[in-house]
Amino acid sequence: MDILRLNTAGSVDDGKSTLIGRLLFDTQSIPQDKLEAIAASSQRKGLDFVDLSLLTDGLIAEREQGITIDVAHVYFSTPTRKYIIADSPGHVEYTRNMVTGASTAQVSIILIDSRHGVVEQTYRHFFISTLLRIPKVLVCVNKMDLVNFSQDIFSNIVSDFYAFAEKIKFEGQIIDFIPVCSLHGDNIAKGSDRMPWYEGKTLLQELETTNLKENNDELPARMPVQYVVRPRTDEFHDYRGYAGKISSGVFKVGDTVTALPSEQTSVIKKIQKFESSLEEAHSKESVTLLLTDDIDISRGNMLVKKGQEPTAAKYIVAHVCWMAHEPLSIGKVYWLQHGNQLVKAKIDAIQHVIIPNTLEHQSATQLKLNDIAVLSLKLAHPIFADTFATNRSNGGFICVDPGTNNTVGVGFIEELYESVPVQEFAI
Amino acid sequence: MSVLSKRKFPRQLEDEAIYIIREVAAQFDRPALLFSGGKDSITLVRLAQKAFYPARIPFPLLHIDTGHNFPETIEFRDQLAKELHLNMEVRYVQDSINQGKVKEETGKYASRNALQTVTLLDAIEELKLDACIGGARRDEEKARAKERIFSVRDEFGQWDAKRQRPELFDILNGKINVGENVRVFPISNWTELDVWNYIREEGIGIPSVYYAHEREIIERDGMIWPYSEFLHTTPDEIVQRRVVRFRTVGDMTCTAAVESYANNIDGIIEEILSAVISERGARIDDKRSEAAMEKRKQEGYF
Repeated sequence: MDILRLNTAGSVDDGKSTLIGRLLFDTQSIPQDKLEAIAASSQRKGLDFVDLSLLTDGLIAEREQGITIDVAHVYFSTPTRKYIIADSPGHVEYTRNMVTGASTAQVSIILIDSRHGVVEQTYRHFFISTLLRIPKVLVCVNKMDLVNFSQDIFSNIVSDFYAFAEKIKFEGQIIDFIPVCSLHGDNIAKGSDRMPWYEGKTLLQELETTNLKENNDELPARMPVQYVVRPRTDEFHDYRGYAGKISSGVFKVGDTVTALPSEQTSVIKKIQKFESSLEEAHSKESVTLLLTDDIDISRGNMLVKKGQEPTAAKYIVAHVCWMAHEPLSIGKVYWLQHGNQLVKAKIDAIQHVIIPNTLEHQSATQLKLNDIAVLSLKLAHPIFADTFATNRSNGGFICVDPGTNNTVGVGFIEELYESVPVQEFAI
Repeated sequence: MSVLSKRKFPRQLEDEAIYIIREVAAQFDRPALLFSGGKDSITLVRLAQKAFYPARIPFPLLHIDTGHNFPETIEFRDQLAKELHLNMEVRYVQDSINQGKVKEETGKYASRNALQTVTLLDAIEELKLDACIGGARRDEEKARAKERIFSVRDEFGQWDAKRQRPELFDILNGKINVGENVRVFPISNWTELDVWNYIREEGIGIPSVYYAHEREIIERDGMIWPYSEFLHTTPDEIVQRRVVRFRTVGDMTCTAAVESYANNIDGIIEEILSAVISERGARIDDKRSEAAMEKRKQEGYF
């Protein structure tokens, strides 16, 4: 049984929550009591239809205002797979919540209101989906009933979207378009006889047939050490296991590994998963590795396969999305958390701010809430990262404000340097 | 049996939950696992065992005992603690009542469910806990669906939905200010069915009230209430004997039963698959208002 993680994005009133409600309704995933409860709420609000968006807008403030403020996680299953949907807000001011919802997604669903076509927010959402390197984007052109199911309108939206998307999409990223009507369910789980001109798959068919095979196993093997297991009991007197979740690649018994930062090497003696021993462990598995030698390894260190060592980077260039009301300033020191490693990081320079809908670059001396920029950061100790483009699970980090302890930014590593690059001095 | 019931438990969820539990043990000084004796917290115990095997679970379990539990649950709790050598701390709502910190509700619908928040917050303070692992799942209720895996609470245990930290990739930020604590939900992304499939595949024991059995009940508001000395009944309410089971286990005063003959896990799973009512449809405390859970969480409820 596999899991497919989705994120939905779209402007306010494009009907994201309704689309999710419809997906759940048509897959018989809504229990009767919940359906009755939202039917009653809809009636109290004077609506003449069942407002399926009430299923996911779970906060008092959201129901008051009729908008989505924070990410809701919604679940449904088909015989094929389990789905986790992050229903993210569309408002510009909640962009950080959208990034939160999208950071684990494998498929991004972007909604467009067919009456309005591609708008500023559409560009922003696609930009973020690309920044996060989400492999598949499904653009749902919604409310087709309000434009007489016009094929021309749909085609124009597709070409408008493409004109922008082609400038930033990465190699291998798949973009598909579906004309839908979430309120009535056209092309969501069932096809639509009102749009006979559309020959593609319904949204659900797209999801069911999305090939999940991520190439994480083929990447260099990395395991951040989370916890050292030392039972100190009679039975396991000398036991010393390094526990962690493999972020990429495959580790096998007999593999020679390097511990970072010490660069000491040893051989995997045993891979333990609870009471059983494994011959090999794959990416995303939580395991405990036992080595043939007693070398000094603690939390925050990383075990990698010998010969596949990442750069020990003390200087990085990264795309950063700022998520706090307090602006980011040059020269300020933040905590940088990469996996379970925590280092002090100083903002060396803001190279430029990117305006997502125009892709224009601007210079800036600070970053405001929801700004996306390219930054260079100087680190107190090296981190063992990869670029986000080559390894999604080892190329991201968060910034934590040492004053408030809040998560204030998210970063996607573009370049790694062992020390401050020479050209920095040349300027 | 439908196709769905043959579905396997998605093991990726177990790997993710173990990762989260290990992060708690590594990032916090004094964590604890909130244990209620229900299937979700029993699942957490199993996951914690796996996370640190062959070492023992490196933190205590904490049970907030309302005094209105099913006796079967308490019996199960004590047995589990003994078998797995768990460090089980128990704090009593009755003590909070005796200290005058909370007042027992009165009337037909009186329940101690809301009162346990005060006992919990006192226990957090007394034990100086900085992290509490709980078995809440996002599919249970719509306010829960909005909560992060690491949910920062202020020194009054309060949840502020609008001030949640962004949570990115699988990076968990456990840095908190003095006085704050974090509620951690390792099985956030599991559904009720995932939990049952896991219990089945792992062969985990659960309290007997989850299986069909004959017991004394009363019918009220279209629901089946377990009869006990704690339930305030009116003269027109007749105690009957019926074969029932519980789909979710809270207090005897706020958990409704379902009519069922499911006496093994397969039977339970089949029943859930064909059920038209949600799990929390049987939680009387949730029916108090549309935002009952969100309001309780604002007060510090887990």
